[in-house]
Amino acid sequence: MTTAYERVQAARRKGRPTADYYMQRLFTDFLEMHGDRRYGDDPAIVAGVGRLTGRPVTVIALEKGVTTEEKISRNFGSAHPEGYRKALRQMKLAEKFRRPVVCIIDTAGAFCGVGAEERGQGQAIAENLMVMMGLTVPIITVFIGEGYSGGALALGVADRVWMLENAVYSVISPEGAASIVWKDAGKATEACEALHMTAQDLLACGMAERVFSEEDGDFDKVCSALGTALADELVALSALDAETLTVKRYARFRAMGGEET
Amino acid sequence: MINKALFKKPNNRLEGEQEAARDAEPTVVCAECKDTLPRAAVAGTDFVCPRCGTPLAMGARERIRWLTDEGSFQETETGHRAVDRLGFPGYAEKLVKAQRDSGEPEGVLTGLAAVDGEPCALFVMEPYFIMGSMGAVVGEKITRLFELATQECLPVIGYTVSGGARIQEGMFSLMQMAKTSGAVLRHSEKGLLYAAVLTHPTTGGVVASFAMEADVILAEPKAQIGFTGPRVIEQTMRQKLPPGFQRSEFMLQKGFIDRIVPRNAQKKELSMLLKLHGRGGRA
Ligand SMILES: [Zn+2]
Repeated sequence: MTTAYERVQAARRKGRPTADYYMQRLFTDFLEMHGDRRYGDDPAIVAGVGRLTGRPVTVIALEKGVTTEEKISRNFGSAHPEGYRKALRQMKLAEKFRRPVVCIIDTAGAFCGVGAEERGQGQAIAENLMVMMGLTVPIITVFIGEGYSGGALALGVADRVWMLENAVYSVISPEGAASIVWKDAGKATEACEALHMTAQDLLACGMAERVFSEEDGDFDKVCSALGTALADELVALSALDAETLTVKRYARFRAMGGEET
Repeated sequence: MINKALFKKPNNRLEGEQEAARDAEPTVVCAECKDTLPRAAVAGTDFVCPRCGTPLAMGARERIRWLTDEGSFQETETGHRAVDRLGFPGYAEKLVKAQRDSGEPEGVLTGLAAVDGEPCALFVMEPYFIMGSMGAVVGEKITRLFELATQECLPVIGYTVSGGARIQEGMFSLMQMAKTSGAVLRHSEKGLLYAAVLTHPTTGGVVASFAMEADVILAEPKAQIGFTGPRVIEQTMRQKLPPGFQRSEFMLQKGFIDRIVPRNAQKKELSMLLKLHGRGGRA
């Protein structure tokens, strides 16, 4: 059996495809749109419009980067407030032009730093959560690697959350949990298990709807399965009227951690 | 790998709940000047440090007593108790201690109240319960309060204090950010007022959800307000923090809060806000 720690290692493995790999294979005619119109452009988030099996979709991805140089320029996929605000702008355009939103997540969390705080990291994430809760077009979020904290959730308020076999999604990174709970970052292995952060854990408690096989590392095959599933699911979700869609989306999260009374 | 713990029914009342042990404590420490004060010296007042003027930590129940019209507070959703869904090491013991420290079963109190004659729905987070950390019960109770206020066409006043997510509840904690945001949105769409008062400290997942989603965001003086706490930024980024970083005064200057309101003006300003925005009831 694969342990949670092994899944985290796989999600972080050098050479594992980042968001760009999936975007190249899933979407055609993709045009990247830059900037939040308020402060700047955050390279940790790639956003724009393209086609999925011919149909226009808005795509928003947390991109860690592949080469060292690119990783640095993309801040290792940790977004600043301007990144979340760029995503928000694109989501509002998706609503205007009645096209669904596909988010791809791979991040160690929202960036923590003086600038991010000064520009309102908390406010930026909060606004995304509230706007996504009411967005009247379908949203599907796919976790392809790591996803931690509000920095992942800020693109995760979706109608469907899908995860790759070795993707992980957690309230905090295992190292962060270990250093806060046990004052010992070295206990990350234990934290991986304790946090219940694997795709399989989240499927079991209804926080993810589907887990995709990684086909023993054949990621072209993964893309092909993902593409078919996205196309089918977006057709199904697009059949729902705006009211039904947002009511169901709220109900999806409303049930999490609630009490049966 | 299906974990049976995830399906545990959330009904197990925790053993060892006790009545407020904290009220018996004779002293209170000022977070700013570290002065230790006899509790009797500030009880019955606005609860500010007589030496430096900083607002002192106030338990949720005593804040409600201080803020609301006498006899007006009707508590709602009193039966919720945290569930150790993940079987997280040490969590059950931590909950027992938090209940002893705070004299409350969980990290937030909710209810209906009147402030200066103005009816409202009110939530007040509890600093003595793991520093208002957001677990499933906190999210659920706040969500239910917003749903009740939406149904009854009432404005919401919320006092926040939080160290952030309750890590021991894992993803169940993170999801409360989305859940509460959905409830705030539905309340807002009905044209109803939500005013938040951010107290020291309001950080992490609470800042990145309902604390920053209010129509009017007030803050107590000198409160720490931010997504990532200053120590984490200093340690991980080795960045020197500017003076007053993340304090209310700093956040006001950066444009993220509307007003800083000292304790002795809060009741008056909140009742003015309630009157200025009407009682709702438009829907
Ligand atoms: Zn003092």
